[in-house]
Amino acid sequence: MVLVNSNPATIMTDKVMADKIYIEPLNLDVVKKIIKSEKPDSVLSTLGGQTGLTLSMQLDECGFLAENSVKLLGAEPETIHKAEDRQAFKDTMEKIGEPCIPSKVVVTVEDAVLFARVIEYPVIIRPAFTLGGTGGGIAYNEEELRDIAKNGLRLSPITQILVEKCISGWKEIEFEVIRDRIGNVITVCSMENLDPVGVHTGDSIVIAPAVTLTAKEYGMLRNAALNIVSELGVEGGCNCQFALHPDSFEYAVIEVNPRVSRSSALASKATGYPIAKVATRIAIGYTLDEIINAVTGTTYACNEPSVDYCVIKFPKWAFDKFVYAKRTLGTQMMATGEVMSIGTSFEQAMMKAVRSIELGTDNIFLKKLACLSDIEIKARIGNVDDERIFVITEAIRRGIDIETIHEITMIDRWFLSKLKNLADLENLLSQGTLTEEKYNTAKKYGYLDSTIERISGQKCPEKRYAVYKMVDTCAGEFNAGTPYFYSTFDEENEAAQFLEKTGTGRKKIVVFGSGPIRIGQGIEFDYCSVHCVWTLKELGYEAVICNNNPETVSTDFDTGDRLYFDPLTKEDAESILNTEKPDGVVVQFGGQTAIKLTRHLAQLGANILGTSPDSIDAAEDRERFDELLTKCGIPRPEGMTVMNETEALAAAAKLSYPVLMRPSYVLGGQNMIIAHSDEDIIEYMEIITRQTLENPVLIDKYMMGKEVEVDAICDGTDYVIPGIMEHIERAGVHSGDSISVYPALTLTKRIRQTIIEYTKRLAMELKVIGLVNIQYVVYNDEVYVIEVNPRSSRTVPYISKVTGVPMVDVATKVMLGHSLKEQGYESGLYRESDYIAVKVPVFSFEKLHDVDTALGPEMKSTGETLGIAKSFEDALFKGLVSAGYKFNRKSKSGVLITVRDTDKSEIVYVASKFERLGFDIYATGGTASYLNRNMVAANVVKKASEEGYNVLNLLDDGKIDYVISTSEKGRIPAYDSVKIRRKTVERSICCLTSIDTANAVADILSMGKSIEDMEMVDITKI
Amino acid sequence: MSLFNHSEKAYLMLRNGRIFEGKSFGAKGTAIGESVFTTSMVGYQETLTDGSYFGQIITQTFPLIGNYGVNEQDYESGKVYASGYVVREWCDAPSNFRSEGNIDGFLKKHNVIGIYDIDTRCLTRIIREHGSINAVITTENVYENKESLLKQLNEYKIKDAVGSCTVPVKETYTYEHALYDIAVLDLGCRKSILKELIYRGCNVTVYPAFTPAEEILAGEHDGILYSDGPGNPDECEKVTAVIRELNERKLASFGIGLGHILMAMAGGAMPEKLRHGHHGANQPVLNLLTGKTYVTSQNHNYSVIPGSIDKAEMKITHINGNDKTAEGISYINLPAFSVQFIPEQSGGPQNTALLYDEFLSLTGKR
Repeated sequence: MVLVNSNPATIMTDKVMADKIYIEPLNLDVVKKIIKSEKPDSVLSTLGGQTGLTLSMQLDECGFLAENSVKLLGAEPETIHKAEDRQAFKDTMEKIGEPCIPSKVVVTVEDAVLFARVIEYPVIIRPAFTLGGTGGGIAYNEEELRDIAKNGLRLSPITQILVEKCISGWKEIEFEVIRDRIGNVITVCSMENLDPVGVHTGDSIVIAPAVTLTAKEYGMLRNAALNIVSELGVEGGCNCQFALHPDSFEYAVIEVNPRVSRSSALASKATGYPIAKVATRIAIGYTLDEIINAVTGTTYACNEPSVDYCVIKFPKWAFDKFVYAKRTLGTQMMATGEVMSIGTSFEQAMMKAVRSIELGTDNIFLKKLACLSDIEIKARIGNVDDERIFVITEAIRRGIDIETIHEITMIDRWFLSKLKNLADLENLLSQGTLTEEKYNTAKKYGYLDSTIERISGQKCPEKRYAVYKMVDTCAGEFNAGTPYFYSTFDEENEAAQFLEKTGTGRKKIVVFGSGPIRIGQGIEFDYCSVHCVWTLKELGYEAVICNNNPETVSTDFDTGDRLYFDPLTKEDAESILNTEKPDGVVVQFGGQTAIKLTRHLAQLGANILGTSPDSIDAAEDRERFDELLTKCGIPRPEGMTVMNETEALAAAAKLSYPVLMRPSYVLGGQNMIIAHSDEDIIEYMEIITRQTLENPVLIDKYMMGKEVEVDAICDGTDYVIPGIMEHIERAGVHSGDSISVYPALTLTKRIRQTIIEYTKRLAMELKVIGLVNIQYVVYNDEVYVIEVNPRSSRTVPYISKVTGVPMVDVATKVMLGHSLKEQGYESGLYRESDYIAVKVPVFSFEKLHDVDTALGPEMKSTGETLGIAKSFEDALFKGLVSAGYKFNRKSKSGVLITVRDTDKSEIVYVASKFERLGFDIYATGGTASYLNRNMVAANVVKKASEEGYNVLNLLDDGKIDYVISTSEKGRIPAYDSVKIRRKTVERSICCLTSIDTANAVADILSMGKSIEDMEMVDITKI
Repeated sequence: MSLFNHSEKAYLMLRNGRIFEGKSFGAKGTAIGESVFTTSMVGYQETLTDGSYFGQIITQTFPLIGNYGVNEQDYESGKVYASGYVVREWCDAPSNFRSEGNIDGFLKKHNVIGIYDIDTRCLTRIIREHGSINAVITTENVYENKESLLKQLNEYKIKDAVGSCTVPVKETYTYEHALYDIAVLDLGCRKSILKELIYRGCNVTVYPAFTPAEEILAGEHDGILYSDGPGNPDECEKVTAVIRELNERKLASFGIGLGHILMAMAGGAMPEKLRHGHHGANQPVLNLLTGKTYVTSQNHNYSVIPGSIDKAEMKITHINGNDKTAEGISYINLPAFSVQFIPEQSGGPQNTALLYDEFLSLTGKR
């Protein structure tokens, strides 16, 4: 088995997952090259999302697969074509009598406008072959249509868009279907979007199974799904999306995805039916009646799952980070992740979802909405944004009736009346004595004790622990042995019974996972959790996982010995401990989500494995951390703690600009900025106080030096550093957004020794048992510590993969008392790999309107790629190509440069490199004259705010391939620099916001690299 | 379920003495029945009005019942045959454009006693382990009457099930330009069976279950359908005798559910009671002739013992994908076949409805 994926963070590219693994760019050239050398019998197309499917289809279309006698598994090209090509899809649907929404495929803006006149506005524009509907939108008039259509055509790789009648307000229903080669076909799960048609299903709150359909409607859509999948000839999983008119039997097929998708992952977790596993078996020739349902062990894969609970998926958006982003939800998916919750009622599942999503709230309530007037609330009901569910619930609390809300939102009254139940309960709790009856009702509705106490202002009359029910795909009809549980408040505790019955006497360890994927806490932490569980199992422990993210491997029911699919709050964790009574708990691998539980779990008497809660606190508490550094004799950038604007300004004056500002206890540099002036401080303090200032703000002297990052494992006596990483961008760009190079190539021996020494001192002094991540800045030839995280980090998966040190396994063993020596590791820096690995961040700016793309101390990337090669240049090239940078030169290429004054001296060197490469240099006033004075010929362009042909027109005209843009000021969308950067996103122009990145790109260009000349690296051989 | 629904207490007691305390909905009083569960996630109206549930207390494993209210068009019959109804939560604010009221009102109207707010999964697991078990739902204090109720539970047996569900007198549905003339022997027939026939251009005559063979033969029908129905097949000797007589005339025949079992018994096969029966919309059935598997709706407690069939006369055509019990039989020397599952059922999958076409083709018309 050979695996190709450019993502180093996922467990998928882990050494044990396949016989050969290539972390290489996912493009045609690379895949062809790998197929030529590996000579596989077949290619599996349907499990790698849209990327995998598109690549497979391209490979087939160009005849490459046939030439090399490679079979395409999973879906016939014919099937993919029929499902993905808009016109072919419409024709197919017409043939079998399945209604589609009136629509037309067009390739020009003019045709789009003509067709829209026929079907009348509003219309939806969907570009063909784009991920997550990128570039689509709803147009209410011709002007908007022209705008969206133009953009959509550009983004579609085949310059094709679909213009269709807008059916906003209809119910959106999905079916996950699975079919085998002999035509057996079943539906695994139905799902209903709480948000009616108009909001991308990835951005919708989704409930499974569908709840507002009568048997007749359900049967009608189920039949349609089966007919469609049969006609398309899908072999494997398939997702069918329908729109259903709320007041008739009229329906329309919205979309079909003939592959395993995000929705199928959700359906798998929601029902327990392992869609991907079954789809893979189907791809290699098995039929549904031959495949045993692994959950029950007695039924077959042809058994349609039946559930006896309800499931809610709640999206996780990044708007808490992107304060200036347009929050409107539409046909383009913006969520970075999601949580799933399981409950015996909608209310219970909803409450679990809301506290899982980590918005700082544990009921459907936002403080900032509470202070709005009734009129303001009513006005906001119609806004389709990420906060709509909160606004609606607030409106219900204010007594606005369900009918009014339904009229405005078209959300089914069923959902609204459930939200009203929650509002009513809260009202009841807030009045009179908190009786046992009220308490019990609230528990059944999914409220935490702490929430009940806060709302009622009274102590809970008793303490009830949750019981656990099993997810078994069959609603209890068969005796299943699935160790997959969710909590509820009821009579019977099946998990306790299960433990009694299956008790092995082995020691039990609970591993807390990392929750929803968000910026700063991505899939890396799931990699770590899964590895920890594997190691625990290998060592003979019973490993128990608790997590709430349906997109992960940790929530596969067979990853651990038991799975609790539940929120990761203190009380939820406590209930699990009450049932499991584990011998130890692990919080080190679940990111900040799990680490936050440490103190509480320790207070409950849980045995926290690895680094002690006290040490974790010492690293996070500013004062204690300062003391520690002083004790270790390690310098850090000078800093202060402030509570308000006046103090902040005074502190900045004392430290002198630029300064780095952030709230204490942060994740992924959330709300972190570099302030260059008093104005920046005032803007920042305004934003931060808007989000309530509970923790103080930290102000540090900002040192623009080289950033170095270290991950280490420590057992209390010895320590091992698998690798030192160096960032291409200087300090100031968040480590998650920097291009990171392993091994560090430019450090002097002395600096390297200092870093090793500091790492040792910190690990020892903090008494780290397990993993620690330390970030340093090298400034004026001195090493300063910026941050210490006594837990797993974002870089662990990739460093493990390139150094060959299985860091999580080693750390887990250390936590269980197996010393590093015993495991064969000596103190110090581990030997360096023969390969250079360059991690390059991936951004989703195309999906986030009005977000400044400039990199800074606040993390913005949503993923990463890795380039591995023998030389630094090749590795960087591969990494950049994987991340979507384009290096194919046109005959006439241009670079636009517009930088802040402090960067001007440095840009000359970079600009001259581009000039020498034959690029036309364009620059705005100040930058242009500086360049010209320094012998780089630059064309002057008017600023974005100036009348006439300005820099924005230049970008529109396609003369520019690269933009180098840095700016003095903040991220307000009205600023010129932000406008330029947003324009590059719209035009898919490569925008470099750090001089260092620009320099690296120039170097790559000058080398004229081509992927064809490069070695493909099988990481299992490293 | 709104908080402001102040319901009285209700109790469910099983024959083994296990008591569940819940709340009352639907009618008040005491109801005894054989406790079964259904795993269908939609179609509670169809379930409640299905004659096959005669004498049974139905537990819904899906926790949210009544979401889309009730409407008359979706009834399978004009009555509720079940003795009692058990749900985790019923919806007092149903939402659907065809809804004519909520399920509580519906149960009250049909005088069906319901209980909600109990651990239905726990109850389901008990039924699964013990098999169908007699139970009582009562809004009286169960503790005070425990002994006498337990005595009743020990004695309770579903009796005269078919007789209670069948039409009292012959009913006819005739149409101009009908293509077929079909007799239906009503053993507890659902409306949807008639709809399937009428949809395919049939004039339909529905006969009461215990109609003598001569009377049916006198109607000179093109074929006969033995419908689904409730209860113990051993109690239907009269019907099997009629089937035997009709078979002699080689009338095209199609059996569904109970009708399927009775046809097999007429041919000498034996029925057996399954541990907890098949109740739900997700039962996989393997067609042995084509190798294809269908997801079917089912609702039965009895099944034909595969070893008891006369292999010279009958052939098993379908088996259950999970427990491999017999699900379909074809008759070697007769224009006849039968299936245990429900071929149509708007409550679930519809891809086996083609069996009706197959039946009509056996009539030799067209």
